[in-house]
Amino acid sequence: MPTLTINGRSLSVDAANDTPLLWAIREQLQMTGTKFGCGAGLCGACTVHVNGEAVRSCQTMLSDVAGKKITTIEGLSAKGDHPLQKAWVAEQVPQCGYCQSGQIMQAASLLSKNPNPTKEEVVAHMDGNLCRCMTYSRIQKAIMRAASEMRTASATSTERRPT
Amino acid sequence: MNRHVKNVTPATTDLSRRSFLVGTAASGLVLGYAGVPGIDSASAAAPANFEPSVWYAIAPDGLVTVTCGKADMGQHIASTMAQIVCEELGAKWSDMRVQLASNDPKFNDPVLGAQITGGSWSTMMNFEAMSRAGAAGRIALTEAAAAAMGLPPYFKDQLVVRDSVISHPKSKKQMTFAEIVKSGKATKTFTPDELKSIKLKTPDQYTMIGVSVPQLDIPSKTNGTAKYGIDVMLPGMAYGKVVTPPVRFGATVKSVDDSDAKKVPGFMKAVILDDKTGTTSGWVVAVASTYANARKAADALKIAYDGGPNAKLSSQSLLDEAKRLQGLEDSGQFFVKDGDPNAAFGSAAKVVEAEYTTSINIHAPLEPMNATAEFKGDILHIYSGNQFATRSGAIAAGAAGIDPKFVVMHQHWLGGGFGRRLDADMMIPAVQAAKAVGKPVKVIYSRENDMTMDFSRPLTYQKVKAGVDGDGKLVALSHDVVSAWPTARWGIPDFLTPSVDKKGPLDSFTVNGADFFYTVPNHYVRAIKNELAHNATPSGQLRSVAPGWTFWAVESMIDEIAAATGKDPAQFRISLLDGAGKNDGGAQRLRNTLLAAMGLSGYGTRPLPKGEGMGVACVSSQERATASWTACVAHVAVAPSGAVTVKKLTVATDVGTQVHPDNIRAQVEGAALWGLSLAMYEKATLKDGGIEQTNFDSYTPLRMSQMPEVAVTVIANGEKATGVGEPAVTVVAPAIGNAIFNASGARVRALPITAEAVKASMKA
Repeated sequence: MPTLTINGRSLSVDAANDTPLLWAIREQLQMTGTKFGCGAGLCGACTVHVNGEAVRSCQTMLSDVAGKKITTIEGLSAKGDHPLQKAWVAEQVPQCGYCQSGQIMQAASLLSKNPNPTKEEVVAHMDGNLCRCMTYSRIQKAIMRAASEMRTASATSTERRPT
Repeated sequence: MNRHVKNVTPATTDLSRRSFLVGTAASGLVLGYAGVPGIDSASAAAPANFEPSVWYAIAPDGLVTVTCGKADMGQHIASTMAQIVCEELGAKWSDMRVQLASNDPKFNDPVLGAQITGGSWSTMMNFEAMSRAGAAGRIALTEAAAAAMGLPPYFKDQLVVRDSVISHPKSKKQMTFAEIVKSGKATKTFTPDELKSIKLKTPDQYTMIGVSVPQLDIPSKTNGTAKYGIDVMLPGMAYGKVVTPPVRFGATVKSVDDSDAKKVPGFMKAVILDDKTGTTSGWVVAVASTYANARKAADALKIAYDGGPNAKLSSQSLLDEAKRLQGLEDSGQFFVKDGDPNAAFGSAAKVVEAEYTTSINIHAPLEPMNATAEFKGDILHIYSGNQFATRSGAIAAGAAGIDPKFVVMHQHWLGGGFGRRLDADMMIPAVQAAKAVGKPVKVIYSRENDMTMDFSRPLTYQKVKAGVDGDGKLVALSHDVVSAWPTARWGIPDFLTPSVDKKGPLDSFTVNGADFFYTVPNHYVRAIKNELAHNATPSGQLRSVAPGWTFWAVESMIDEIAAATGKDPAQFRISLLDGAGKNDGGAQRLRNTLLAAMGLSGYGTRPLPKGEGMGVACVSSQERATASWTACVAHVAVAPSGAVTVKKLTVATDVGTQVHPDNIRAQVEGAALWGLSLAMYEKATLKDGGIEQTNFDSYTPLRMSQMPEVAVTVIANGEKATGVGEPAVTVVAPAIGNAIFNASGARVRALPITAEAVKASMKA
């Protein structure tokens, strides 16, 4: 029975090693924030982090994630207050909302490495995530807003660092 | 053909276009489980709640929960309904909550008399009912407060209701909604006549309508907690994966060999659907303990099919048939017949003629089709996100072989709808699988099932002929529209429209929009059913429905006429929008909207670089009576290769009254980008009776990198609030086509637009 390290917890799942991570997360662990969209890595709705990298959980088998750290939308922040989540609310991004967990997880992997992305970098990073409601311009704005707030927060924390 | 669907025919409701014109409230459907006690969680409010209307309840803690009878597929209609209630009720926005209605007929749309969501109708048709419901609550609470404060009843007019507090400024007394509800004194009920006589606020008194309040559903859509149909979990449930045949419709299963599937752990059964509703054909569902295992089992099934009568058909054969039908004198029925275009062509100085086509298009909402069915006692529970609970419940009942009144639909957020979830095909495998294995079953389509079995936007063929007199005036227009008939498929006579030539009902959802607001003295529109396409590619309602193709033809042809007569295409439109006769009012609003888009885009104010151009189009909505006036100026660059870059879309729309300005902008932008996606990027094709595109690698909606600049301006002039989910879809393709002509002289007449077609037309 494979064990997953997910959102800071260690949980065993009753599923074969060749089961896509997506279905183990959704069905065995009943964390339904991660969505099924295409089953082929073409839409990004199932995006989660494995060791901090955004991956398509529909294309990731349980055997691929043994001993690795998995984060889903449920574990991105303690209270749904990651700067991206706050920016998503501030910009009123979601319409149907179905793709947005994947969009946020994809964006989070960008900002963790690049705190000051250009618009072109945002587009290049996000282009694999489909939004059928076409909320793309608000997604861009929310990423820029979150990046800016994260930079401000980290500048503030740098200033306050004891010498 | 479908006895179950017959059941949903409203007894007294007139759902024809006339009812929209009259706008009368309709009585409910003779359907639903109102007679089954104790199963309606939505209405099973605690006795301490105050429920001034079926549409909301106020709990003793002061929270106001609005029950939304419309499907929320991202248009935030639940939040909008709450906002309209909140305005008249006088509640604080942060006290408002929403829940989604079951299929109890008491939650039927007050105008349509059914639970159906589409047509950009919801705000328009529910504004008054929600306003009256809110006002009734305010009146009841105010009277109770006056009594509790010891004020004589005639003092109630001195009370101020604001932010869930009722105060009497003179005596400085005040009570919160929570205190009043807790006191149990608010008990007043209203008869329909009393509701009708309530004086509603005038727009100058609004404090909520017109404010972009935070949408109530959005936080749950940023943290993974929003529940869609696919997220339903029931104790002991199994999972089903459908196996669909290579032919879109008409195939039958000859045999199923499940010997390999039996080796898959957790496999339970392969169920061959016995679909008496005629919705599916040749489907099998593999049921297993998990979805991953159900998929493995489905892949392991060896199924032999009889391909049926459509197995050899292709997009080309459907188009050939459309052309044949259009050429027949007596095809189809007339939707519009003003004057005598054929006679007028004879005396016209110039005749312009063209054919326009659109391809098959797939809805592809990002949440694949799914449904969960559970039999509990006599009741069949269905868990899904669905746009037409009234009919879908009846289809589920048909699949189960029970009376529709024993079906309870549990509504969820929709992971995209766009018209796809008006259909009920997903109910059938869920119900029959649940019945076969004696457990609740959740059926989830693969993306491949979802795309190849879509109730698609039909392939369309239109022929338009225009006659211009010696002064360059448009005097005649004939317009033939050949397509599958999406709404006729429902089998609900009240959704069909009588033809003007009395040749029986036609499906106006194939010709809407062709009854435009231009003044053309001799004008006919003929709706021709392509029976071959209708049977081979059962079609559905895709965001904006008929205007998605009729305005492509009309607005391209108007441009072609302007070019043929040497006129500026925008000025030519303005001259046709003179507001004569039946077009009075609407035509002028459309003209003004066009002028707004022209102004915003800088149309005609400066020369553009070589290879660039601007094109205009202006449209109304699905029905003339539900119009949101919408215009677009597209700015494109055309390369010598024929490749088109859309640089900017400028969209103006007149919505009468804005309930939520920010949401209107979001909807209009999303709709415009849908229009762009359909115009340039989305194409499905039929080959050997099957849809060839199976996933997002071959069917390719717009991605972020393909998004142009979009500018939206909204005109709110105090007229009745109208809908915004759809009209901007329809205006974009013709604006782009016209811009391509302006930039390069190439005229494209087929959607989607390809570089090859542009290049070929440049050479010609």
